[in-house]
Amino acid sequence: MEATHIEEKEQQWTEVIRPKTSLFDLRLREVWQYRDLLWMFVTRDFIATYKQTILGPTWFFIQPVLTAVTYSIIFGGIAGIATDGLPRMLFYISGITVWTYFADSLTKTSNVFITNAKIFGKVYFPRLIMPLSIITSGLIKLGIQMLLFLAVWGYYLANGEPIALQWQVVLLPLLIGISALLALGLGMIISSLTTKYRDLAQLLTFSIQLWMYATPVIYPSSRIKGTSFAWVNEYNPVAPIVEAFRYMFTGVGTYSWQGLVYSASVALIILAIGTLIFNKVEKSFMDTV
Amino acid sequence: MSNVVIKAENLSKQYRLGEVGTGTIQHDLKRWWYKVRGKEDPFLKIGETNDRTQKGASEFVWALKDINFEIEQGDVVGIIGRNGAGKSTLLKILSKTTLPTTGCIKAKGRIASLLEVGTGFHPELTGRDNIFLNGAILGMTKKEIKRKFDEIVDFSGVERYIDTPVKRYSSGMYVRLAFGVAAHLESEILIVDEVLAVGDAEFQKKAIGKMQDVSTDEGRTVLFVSHNMAAVKQLCNVGMLLENGTIKTSGKINTVLDAYVQRDETINPVYINNNFENEIIAVYAIKVLDKNFQLVNQHFHNECFYVNVSYKFKQPTQKIYFSIHIHDSELQTIIFSRDFEKDESFLGLREEGEYELNIRIPAILAPGKYNISLHISHAEPPRIMQGFDHICNFEIVPAVTNQKTASFIMRGKVIADLSWEVTRKPITLT
Repeated sequence: MEATHIEEKEQQWTEVIRPKTSLFDLRLREVWQYRDLLWMFVTRDFIATYKQTILGPTWFFIQPVLTAVTYSIIFGGIAGIATDGLPRMLFYISGITVWTYFADSLTKTSNVFITNAKIFGKVYFPRLIMPLSIITSGLIKLGIQMLLFLAVWGYYLANGEPIALQWQVVLLPLLIGISALLALGLGMIISSLTTKYRDLAQLLTFSIQLWMYATPVIYPSSRIKGTSFAWVNEYNPVAPIVEAFRYMFTGVGTYSWQGLVYSASVALIILAIGTLIFNKVEKSFMDTV
Repeated sequence: MSNVVIKAENLSKQYRLGEVGTGTIQHDLKRWWYKVRGKEDPFLKIGETNDRTQKGASEFVWALKDINFEIEQGDVVGIIGRNGAGKSTLLKILSKTTLPTTGCIKAKGRIASLLEVGTGFHPELTGRDNIFLNGAILGMTKKEIKRKFDEIVDFSGVERYIDTPVKRYSSGMYVRLAFGVAAHLESEILIVDEVLAVGDAEFQKKAIGKMQDVSTDEGRTVLFVSHNMAAVKQLCNVGMLLENGTIKTSGKINTVLDAYVQRDETINPVYINNNFENEIIAVYAIKVLDKNFQLVNQHFHNECFYVNVSYKFKQPTQKIYFSIHIHDSELQTIIFSRDFEKDESFLGLREEGEYELNIRIPAILAPGKYNISLHISHAEPPRIMQGFDHICNFEIVPAVTNQKTASFIMRGKVIADLSWEVTRKPITLT
């Protein structure tokens, strides 16, 4: 309205909206300021999920139980795939619990821009909050499903199955942390790409299904060791996580430090790439969607 | 020291048209494959040529161009302008949902924006949960919301239903609650878009009152975009008129409003729309037609006329409605009506396809110049989906019905069929 007659000092301004900020400016402090929002998205997801279904929170149990039963019949009974000597139910449910958390988190974070386009277009908050809240929501579901797993595990333990808790079980949080970060990183990369290519979302559902077969969920790692397919498990960063989880609770399975270090390194590299891409896309995506 | 709280310097925003991506990998691969073989891009729209000489002119659009302004603390700024003038782009930049192409905006204090009421409201959550969720989305911490909680509930008047899921709320309660949260934000700068277009008269009054308090008592700065000129006039002390992405006029609100009104003098009863971004509806044209459905600039005061809208639903949709405003040349609303008022079935399912709507306006407008606004809105939650404001200027002229009265000037805004009954009656004084 009027020409500036006073030279303002820069520090006077508390906020400056500029065209492009650096690629590495992640504004993590801002994410921390919005931590209450993260928690509220988590509760919203939880309440909304169980209010909209007839069976409520019991749905969290029914899904893995039915899947485990189906696998026991098809892969165990009909196909006769060995389970490293573990009872079939215990074997499958342990794999399903870990895999489901990873697969769910990945699917949901991959769609974060598309599902939230409306809210992102109306109000600003650090976009990183959304994928973070998805990963955290998944943890609650995982916690509930862990109870189911522990019940099954306790049942077999009481029935004198030769299974034993290993000291490595203290690494369980680390195990879950690795799968969370891996899903988060990969999800952020894919979600950034889906802003340009919508059909990636369909490809993803399919790919995750295939990925499960490359992971020792329905077969033990030992079963393909030495075969020409062994590389499938060796390069798959989720494989050591599933195997280690089984080993921690039963003492059966392939467990190695190297495997976990490999998974963790892959997770961290992907997370770094994902954060950078996500950070770049979040600034301009409203103009391209 | 100056009291400037917002300062925009050479602010511009450019949108890129054309190669915004085909949306799928498949299409991009196909495009690449055609290019490799030296063929024409199969996804270029008809009329768009890849001519190098034209490229610079057609591919980029400046939504905002070189905007400079300063806003002082406590000002209530009305941002006005026609569709496509750049208002929404400016708001988007201010609310950080998109970034400027060049230039910058500097601000002192927190900016809270309210581009829509109830952003992020979840129908399954209770009123209480939604207050916390919505407050957090708008940038408040849990502690701040707790402190303001009672005030918000009090303002919105929903204490009885605070633990009921908001899906059971009436649309009025919904809007009041959502506005209540936003109005109690502890930000130094508040950006408000269109919220007053929804809700009933009582709510609008309350909302305007609250925004006045916010600026006068608390010294906060408000930026207000609205098509409701009466509200802008009442609420704002300064204004900014945007036109084609630049600032046309700014200063005292009355001067700016006058400048806006003056633009409306040219008679043009047709509005051709060419923005088809909306996912649900594409409006092609809005016309003002006479009683025989002919396009004319002038209508006789004693003849009805039609507002004609051609549009297409891109997908089946429901719970939406059309509304029309007829404004006089001072932008006061003379007639307002919504399609479902007489027939609620309008709120039901609408099939996809192309349609023509004719709104019959009875012969009640007094001679003068008028324009219309047409809005297409969601019913729940109430939100304008697409709005066309102050378009289709037309004129009502007196019809010569009687040679004797022809020379009288007609006054007022509406013509009512009054009856004047005279009886002989002796006057008794008590």
